[in-house]
Amino acid sequence: MPYHPPAVDDVVAAVRDRFAGTETSVFRGQTRLVVPEPQSFDLLAFLKERGFDLLVDVSCVDYLDYPDAKHRYGLVYLVANTATNQRLTIRVFVDDPAPTVKSVVPLWEGANWLEREVWDLFGIQFEGHPDLRRLVMPEEFTAHPLRKDYPLQGRGERHNFPVITRDHS
Amino acid sequence: MSIAPAEFAVPSHSPTPAARNEDYLWTLNFGPQHPATHTTLRLVLKLEGERVVDAMPEMGYLHSGFEKIGEHLTFNQYVTVTDRMNYISPMANNVAWHHAVETLLGIELTPRCKYIRTIIAELARISDHLLSNGAVGLDTGAFTFFLYAFYQREVIYDIFETLCGARFTNSYTRVGGASQDFTPLVIEKIRTFVKTFPKTLDDMERLLTRNRIFVDRTKGVGVLTKEEAINRSATGPVARASGVTRDLRKDEPYLAYEDFQFQVACASAGDCYARYLVRMQEMRESLKIVAQAIEHLPDGPVNVGIDQRMALPTKKQVYSSIEGTISHFELSMSNRGFEVPCEESYAAIEAPNGELGFYIAGDGNETAYRARCRPPSVLHFAMFPYLIRGHTLSDVVAVLGSLNIIAAELDR
Repeated sequence: MPYHPPAVDDVVAAVRDRFAGTETSVFRGQTRLVVPEPQSFDLLAFLKERGFDLLVDVSCVDYLDYPDAKHRYGLVYLVANTATNQRLTIRVFVDDPAPTVKSVVPLWEGANWLEREVWDLFGIQFEGHPDLRRLVMPEEFTAHPLRKDYPLQGRGERHNFPVITRDHS
Repeated sequence: MSIAPAEFAVPSHSPTPAARNEDYLWTLNFGPQHPATHTTLRLVLKLEGERVVDAMPEMGYLHSGFEKIGEHLTFNQYVTVTDRMNYISPMANNVAWHHAVETLLGIELTPRCKYIRTIIAELARISDHLLSNGAVGLDTGAFTFFLYAFYQREVIYDIFETLCGARFTNSYTRVGGASQDFTPLVIEKIRTFVKTFPKTLDDMERLLTRNRIFVDRTKGVGVLTKEEAINRSATGPVARASGVTRDLRKDEPYLAYEDFQFQVACASAGDCYARYLVRMQEMRESLKIVAQAIEHLPDGPVNVGIDQRMALPTKKQVYSSIEGTISHFELSMSNRGFEVPCEESYAAIEAPNGELGFYIAGDGNETAYRARCRPPSVLHFAMFPYLIRGHTLSDVVAVLGSLNIIAAELDR
């Protein structure tokens, strides 16, 4: 028997009451809420109040080459309720030229590095983040490598690294 | 606005600013190459004497763009990359990856495959905890304990080598099944391990659990409260040592975990010692699962049927049945392959380190459009400054070891 996650209907109904314009969809038993960008923080705060106390992940998808995509970036917030084991996926779509969302660090400290990673690899600005620096790429790096217009082999950054020889060190 | 040059010339007569306490702090660069970091990660510590005032963790020294590679390798190819994420327990990563892929594709595994994957995931957990606890022992001065742990890791490597030919980078699972079935020799070796391992575990506990030096160095060090554990998204043994009872094996029983009797090891202290105890107990519980699974291993095929066109058929099926031939053709041609929905899904397993999940976006191709890995190590490393503040320099290695930070999984 495959595992069936607990229903989240009551939470979804409450969310739809409170936040107009929220779209819901279900795939493989996973419920997803698509919320307009300005409401994302309020929605996550609302969910946290309703018992979704664990922020599992913050991530992003770049829909540049995706078939029938309407937006460029889709943020993914995965939240879970540690008491009832319910899970929810929250999607927030943002676009160029200045993709920005409100940071959820005030709600969850765990979002700190996750949002830094999204900023680093996708170039999404998190408004109100206390320390939005690059996480995995070097500080002087300028591109955002997980964007779809960034090639797999890089843009030659590797060849331009200053080489320190034994004589000069 | 123009400023008269005379204003520049006026010397400032302000007295020398009083030296602040921070000016007397000493900065220590810990890593990226240091025997006690075990991998390449860096900590910049601010010390006042021997006390750590603050720590600035830095990562990225091992960043290899695994998520970018995931957008260019097919679902079956990418399993080789997951081996290199948490290389302490590659089997668990294999299982996590293909669990996520099968969730996206909607594949229901055969009972035998579920059991096999459960067994190897639990063996991977044992070998991960052996290394993790062994390293904590090593860093706090218990070398013998470390050797006991590594001897048993060798036995598990041996089982994996017999199973799939690779000791370290197993790449064992496939979409809808596994690369090999359990042979009688593998089953025999696992049975022997189940019989002999508890004795070593007893020895290890006798060596360290009540060792005065070890307890003094780990008890009350790096305390994480339950609220903070949830707030900082801790999962796995780190969260369970703080009183969070979340364990995906119980809470979201994937694979065959529903069929087995086992308990979730928890502690409430939240310090390094509690994390050590939780890992020790988890090894015993994992062994219980392995013992039950190996005795009740269902018969039947490992891979899903050829009618589903998800796993490669056997040689015999290809040569003797039309379905096998078609299925083999469909799966091997570059313009055919799996039917992937234009959808996105997330699936996670309880990896040895915590919740290891993959968020996969499919766009109809055999390659993931986006393969996000939710690594437990990142969130655990992020809380390091919080845990170490106020402790001494020698506690750094104890806290770092008890969090079990694996840089390859941290940076991906």
